[in-house]
Amino acid sequence: MIHAHDSTIVRTMSRMLIPLIQLFALYVLFFGQFGPGGGFAGGVMLGTSLILGILVFGPDAPPCRLAKKVIHGDGIGLMIFVGVGGLCLIGGGEFLNYANLEMPWIDSDARRRSLGILLTQIGVAVDIAVTAISIVISLSLINGEEPHA
Amino acid sequence: MIYSFEISLLILLLMTAAGAIMVKDLISSVFILGFYSFLLTIVWAWLGAVDVAFVEAVVGAGLATVFFLMTLFGTHPKDTRIRRSAAPLVAFLGLPVLGLLLLYAAEDLPKFSDPQSPANVHVSTEYLKNSLRETDTPNVVTAVLMDYRAFDTLIETAVIFTAGIACALLLRRNQE
Repeated sequence: MIHAHDSTIVRTMSRMLIPLIQLFALYVLFFGQFGPGGGFAGGVMLGTSLILGILVFGPDAPPCRLAKKVIHGDGIGLMIFVGVGGLCLIGGGEFLNYANLEMPWIDSDARRRSLGILLTQIGVAVDIAVTAISIVISLSLINGEEPHA
Repeated sequence: MIYSFEISLLILLLMTAAGAIMVKDLISSVFILGFYSFLLTIVWAWLGAVDVAFVEAVVGAGLATVFFLMTLFGTHPKDTRIRRSAAPLVAFLGLPVLGLLLLYAAEDLPKFSDPQSPANVHVSTEYLKNSLRETDTPNVVTAVLMDYRAFDTLIETAVIFTAGIACALLLRRNQE
């Protein structure tokens, strides 16, 4: 049911806006420790930029083909999150206690916790972005028409 | 206190919420719901919860609208008009009473931004005092969400993952 949009204005504006949305999403994701934002908002915005590409450029364009590849990575974000917790276990502490995140170049507990927060935020963002794209691809199949990639 | 601002915002919220329910055309309803989320974003930002406002704007007004619209276009777009039966008498009598009860209960709520309210004397003072020293993260909300309450966030992430998997299982059943 996804068709390419035929309006030149929409296509041109999307072509300009999608990189900007992605850049802002990465800013929100990595700036979440210092200001409003973080993994949830950044991940949704990353996913939304690709969803805009899918809806505007249709099933045969690069965004949809990229999305069809991306949705195979569903669960990688959750694995990053759990993996950070597992690294803390290996470091000798409790699950998700980032103070035990042993990295050779970090010497203070606070910096280790900061790194743990950053890594888990990336995990959350990846999980949410992939899930949003996956749900949109699923919804586009309601009528049973495969958007052929 | 800017009471006029608050009250007009509250009235707009109620109007959009009622409109989203009462409008017959489902696509209009979805857009009104997006506007409702936008108003709720203003409320969160005005209360000082900027992170919540951010997520509400991105998820409520952005992503949920796209999901609703795709669902409506994927089902029968002609079949957007539905018929509702009139509300029963119990609702007309019971709901105002319930509202009055809630208003009566709201009298006992602690005042907004009261430093002695139970929510402000328990653990939040500890977070505000120690989070920068302990986690090297200036944003307290992120520190609480991702470090002090990391397990909650992990389960939330698992819930979102489950939602994606469930959608794929239900809707992509006939593919391949």
